[in-house]
This record gives sequence, structure tokens and C-alpha cells, in this order.
Amino acid sequence: MKLSIGKVAALATLGVVAMTAQAEARDQIRIVGSSTVFPYTQAASEEYSKSSGAKAPVVESTGTGGGMKIFCQGIGTEHADITGASRAMKKSEYDDCVKNGVTDISQALIGFDGLSFAGSRKGTTMDLTKGQLFLALAAEIVQDGKVVANPYKKWSEIDKSLPDIAIQVFGPPPTSGTRDAWVELVMEEGCHELAGYKELAKDVQKNVCSRMRQDGPFIEAGENDNLIVQRLESDPNAYGIFGYSFLYENQDKLVGSKVAGVEPSLDTIADGSYKISRPLFFYVKNAHRGVIPGLNDFVAEYVSDAALAPGGYLTDRGLVPLSDKRRKEMQDAVVNGKHNLAVGS
Amino acid sequence: MTDTSPQIASAQLGTSAPGTQSGEPPRFDWNAPEMRRGFAARHRANTRLQIYGLSAIALAVLLIAILVGSLVATGYQSFVQTHVTFEVFVDPAKVDAADPAKGNFRLIVRDSFAAQFPDVTNPRDLRSLTDVMTADAPFIVRDRVVADPSLIGQRVEVTMPVSDAFDQLQKGVTPRDVPETQRKVNDKQIAWFDTLAERGQITVPFNTALFLSADSRFPELAGLAGAIVGSFYALLVCFLISFPVGIAAAVYLEEFARKGRWSDILEVNINNLAAVPSVVFGLLGLAVFLGFFGLPRSTPLVGGMVLALMTLPTIIIATRSALKAVPPSIREAALGVGASKHQVVLHHVLPLAMPGILTGTIIGMAQALGETAPLLLIGMNAFITSPPGGILESATALPTQIFIWADSPERGFVSRTSAAILVLIGFLIAMNLVAVILRKRFERRW
Repeated sequence: MKLSIGKVAALATLGVVAMTAQAEARDQIRIVGSSTVFPYTQAASEEYSKSSGAKAPVVESTGTGGGMKIFCQGIGTEHADITGASRAMKKSEYDDCVKNGVTDISQALIGFDGLSFAGSRKGTTMDLTKGQLFLALAAEIVQDGKVVANPYKKWSEIDKSLPDIAIQVFGPPPTSGTRDAWVELVMEEGCHELAGYKELAKDVQKNVCSRMRQDGPFIEAGENDNLIVQRLESDPNAYGIFGYSFLYENQDKLVGSKVAGVEPSLDTIADGSYKISRPLFFYVKNAHRGVIPGLNDFVAEYVSDAALAPGGYLTDRGLVPLSDKRRKEMQDAVVNGKHNLAVGS
Repeated sequence: MTDTSPQIASAQLGTSAPGTQSGEPPRFDWNAPEMRRGFAARHRANTRLQIYGLSAIALAVLLIAILVGSLVATGYQSFVQTHVTFEVFVDPAKVDAADPAKGNFRLIVRDSFAAQFPDVTNPRDLRSLTDVMTADAPFIVRDRVVADPSLIGQRVEVTMPVSDAFDQLQKGVTPRDVPETQRKVNDKQIAWFDTLAERGQITVPFNTALFLSADSRFPELAGLAGAIVGSFYALLVCFLISFPVGIAAAVYLEEFARKGRWSDILEVNINNLAAVPSVVFGLLGLAVFLGFFGLPRSTPLVGGMVLALMTLPTIIIATRSALKAVPPSIREAALGVGASKHQVVLHHVLPLAMPGILTGTIIGMAQALGETAPLLLIGMNAFITSPPGGILESATALPTQIFIWADSPERGFVSRTSAAILVLIGFLIAMNLVAVILRKRFERRW
């Protein structure tokens, strides 16, 4: 970062000692990224700081996309070292990184996070299929071979076995990684379970399968999952979509709906029988290793068995662990700073 | 007096008879039925107006009572914290006196805690038994031993917070009467916890950690120290920038600038600036301070600069009205005895206007203290486990700390969020009180 004379003069007029900021090397790791990975990064950061005595990394929750933007801005102490993500890095984001000189990146798959579809304990517990969830929440559905606006207003209209109550679901807005994951894991898969969708033209099919309805029954409730939890408590007929950790913390108030006959729990997510779970990642800028003090140690702490293995302190917080083999591979790549990014589209 | 007043009244009422040229004051019957009706209507209108006013005040008070009441109802629990006291045997086999920080404190704490329940032996039970203590327990003991290595080989009584799940159990937030699967603590754990309570090892003292600790992943350890210090630094920067700049601008505009089109345009702009939503200043800070100047993210320096932009118009407006309130005779007298213009301003007008300026500044600072949106944009909503050591270290502020806690899944943070709001409101009330006192004590009226 160079300061031109003009900039310095402008700063001086603001009466600010900016030069000290420039001169001071950074001694703290900077982490940005997904709000879903945030609690795990917090825990690893606190553990690292307490056990090593080093300054704890600064962890900021910016959302997956926002984190990628900051992460890919460039190399140097003013840019973040690590970003968390609740999905893999996209091709467009990787291109952006490369353009700014961030070419050597390690990807760490830390585990899985379940998504839950839950309601109040006072309400009716449902057993749903992904297809039924799709029919309840999609903007458009296929009826008699034609694409029509979603006509369903009550659960019982979708299937006789479901309760006779209005569909009312609180969920995350489109900027959220949780929403991306829900669309990918439930809406699109549910769509493919049903008859009549495979025959649609490719682009129409993609559109129909991924759009959430906006006519009332699905309510975008903002990024704050605690808010959704509170609304569910006050309305037993409403349901909500949020990360499993919020269901885990509020088990006395909320109950997760079964999806395809399986109830969400740490065990069912870990063994893969509960199907709505997504991978969680963090990405490390390898050019910063050795430059930012403690970065290597922190990364090693984050991917250590003490954190990620079954019974580790991150799995205690609701993270669903990887298999031993995949964890070993990941640890090897990440601790040794290998560029292991396989970027899709 | 008695003669003229009915005349005036009748003239106002327009009821005076046209033929009063005889010099005799018009006779006016105050007890006529139509007059009585008129009075009654006026009294009713008066009472109605008072009732409207009273009900408006009652509504405002009710809303504040609901707000504060609900905050207190959920937040009061966070001002106390459940602690457990037990004896820790610092096993010399597990700690090396040469390097006490490296000892296996996890095992020391676990064994010492388990020693209270000798019948618990199976590893699974041992694990859920240690879950009663805070996850920080090994570090709490480590820090004690590092501070005083002579403890190695001794038995020490240690008091530490219990983990959030048991804190909630003690406070009655976690119900005991629901099936085991619906709560985070199982029946065995509740039995152990109750045993500890019977032995008097469970205490619920005032939660000093709420004010002395920085943020933590664990609710039982999380506190506001980092946020309070961060807010203090940000406000310091904000004050150091906006106070001199605001006063200088206001003095120039009020005392030196020629009144004309330019000063009008400036005035309109300053007033407009005061009405700009704060998030706009945050975006400006993100683009200019972080993007263009490359200042470090999340620091009180940048936070304070953004808040200063927001506070400046408030201070300028307050200062100008304080300057206007100083009577011109003071200026004229000073000029008359030969003072120069700058002597008039610095020796006479500014000191007299200072209480008003300070009041405006404190109110501006109080607004800045509660401001969240611009701080979110420049990254002051980060998770930081130690208070900042200066304006260039990453920090959070009180409102952003509330924002972070409100979004945390752990149950303990629900009441901590309310407690943090109460602390913030406490600071705001204190600042406004200082402003009121300043005004009452020092402001002069002419």
C-alpha cells in the first residue's frame, strides 16, 4: 500500500495519524466469511489463543459471498488471511482471486452442517419428503405438464396425510449461504423426485426447481436465526429453515421435522442418513504463511483432531465430522500449505 | 381595570351591542345562559387537550416501561453467574515446574473434578460429568499455576463458572420437568449438579465477568470489556475530530462569515448532513477510509472517524445556536474596549457559549455511542477475545457486540444480549444526565 503525497495531505487535514497504521505490521490473523462457519472459527480461534498465548485472530462474519470478495482482494497485510464458506469457492470467485494475485490457496473441508426444517413443540410434527417441501415452497410447479404458479396454501392440499394448516415457513434471504444450500439440497432434489419435471427444457427446469415462492407462505426472515426461533415459539403453526446448531440449542422449544423419515440429530447427520447437510470450508491464503505470525499454528489448530475428530470441541458445537480418511487427507493438504483447489463452475 | 376588562372581552367576543356611544360601558351579562354554555365548551376543550397530552405521555411511558421491563425480565439473569467451587490437586506428575504453562491441565481438572464423585468411572459418564464445568476450566487452573508455580503439588480451592447449560438450569431457564431428550443436560448430570448444590459448592455471585472479560464463544465467559473499551476509543477519536472541527466551523460561520448566498448554501447543507442516515456514512467510510486510504479494518480509529462525520453536523448546529445565544452587547463591549475580533471570540464569546457547546457535544456523542450501522460496514462486528490496546487494534463496540450476541445460537446469549442493552442504555442515560447537569449548572440566560 503506497500513499501518495496527495493522500497523505488529505489524511493530515483529517487530523489522523494514518502513517502509524501503515508502518505497523499486523500481528493478528484476520478471518472473514460465512456466518455458518463463524461459530466454529470463533471456537478454534479462542482455543488457539488460550493454548498458545498468542493474540486471538479477529473473526468477522461477512457471509460466504462477502467473505470471498474481501479474501480475493489481494496479497498483503491489509487483506484477510482466511475466509470461511458454507459452499465451495465458485469459478468466478477463483478467477477474481487469481486476477488479484491470490493464486495459492488451500481449501479445508472441516465437516458438515445440517439444515433443519423445524417448528414449535406445541405444533404438529410432520414427516415430509423433499418433494413435498418443494411443492410447499416453490414459486412455480408443474401440473398436468404445464408450469403454473404454486396453488398450494395448506399442507393438506399437498398430501392428505399432512396437517390441515396454512403453509407458513420462515427462511433465510437470498444473500444467505443457508438459502443457497436449501435450494440446492432440498428444492432442486425435491424437484427431481417428482414426476413431470425432467421433461421440461433445461433452462425452464432450472428456473422452476430453484425459485422460492414470494406470494406469502414463504417468508424471508433475515439473517438472524434467533429471530426465526422466537417467531416459531409464538406461532405453533409456523415452520422455519435454519442451521442445525440453532435447533440443537433450542431442543426444549423446537422440534425438527423428519425429512424422508429421518429426524435431524447429530447422529443422523453424521452417518449421512439425514440428507439435508452441506459441507463447510475455510480457505487459507498460502502466500501469507510465514508472513502473518501464528497463521500456520492457527490453521494446524483448526484442522487438528482435537477440534474436528468425533468428540472434538467443534463437533460439540454441532459440526458433523468427516470420515477419518478424508480428514487425514485434508489435514495433510492444509497443514502443509498445498494448493488443493478443485474449482467447479 | 374592572371597567375596561368587560369592554375588551366583549369586543373580542364580538357580542357588544352596536349602540354604546352614550359613554356608558356596555352592560354585559356574564351569567346569561349562552355565555355559560360558551364557558362550559371552553372548559371541555381545555380538559380534552389536557387528556390528549396526558394520554400521549402515558403511552410513551408505557412503551418505555415495556421496553425496559422486557429487557430487565430477560437480562437480569446475566448479572449473576452460577459458579462451582472444588479442590484441584495440581499433580506434580502432570506439570513441569520448569515450564508450568505446558502442563496437562485438562487431565488435572478432570481428575480433580471427578474425585468428588468416586463412583463415576465409566469414560462416557466422566465426560458428561466434566461438562458441568466451563470449557475454560483447564485454562483457569493453568493461569493460576503459571502466576504462582508454588501451587504445584498442592491442593487448591478453585471457583469457576459452570458451563452455560448448567447456568441455565440453575436459573430455571432450562426446564427440569421435560423429557431428557428435550434438554441439553441429562438426568444424571442434573443429579450430580444437585449433589454439588447440596454440598454448598454451587454459588451464584454477581457476574463480574460481564464487565471485566471480553467476548467469548462460551456465554458463561463472555463479557463486555472489549466492547466498552472499543466504544471508548471510538468515541475518543470521534470527539478529538468532531469537537475542534465542529467548533472551528461553527465559529467561522457564526462570527466571521459574511451572510450571503454561500453561507446560506452551507447552512442548508449542514442541516441536510445531520439528517443523512448513518449507514451512508458507513459506506463512505468503507469506500474512503478503508478502500482509498487503506486504513485497517475493524479499528476504533476508522469507527471513530465515521462516527465523527455523523456527529459533526450535530456539534456545528449546537455550537452555532450556543454562539447565537451570547448577547451582542458582550461582543460590542469587548470591541469597544479595544479587543480584536479573535480576542472577542476566544476570550469572551466562546467561554460563555461553552456549556451549550458541551451539552450539544455530549448529546452528539451519546448518539454516536448507540450507532450500529456504520460500524457494521467497517467491520467492527468482529469476534475479538481481548480488549483493544489502542485505536489501531481491532475492536468491537457496544451496539455491535449486542448485534453479535443476538445472532448467537447458545441460550445464554439471549439474556446476555438484554444485559448488554441495559448496560448500553445505562451509559446513554449517564451521558445525557451529564449534559442536563452541565446545562443546569453552567448555562447562563440573558
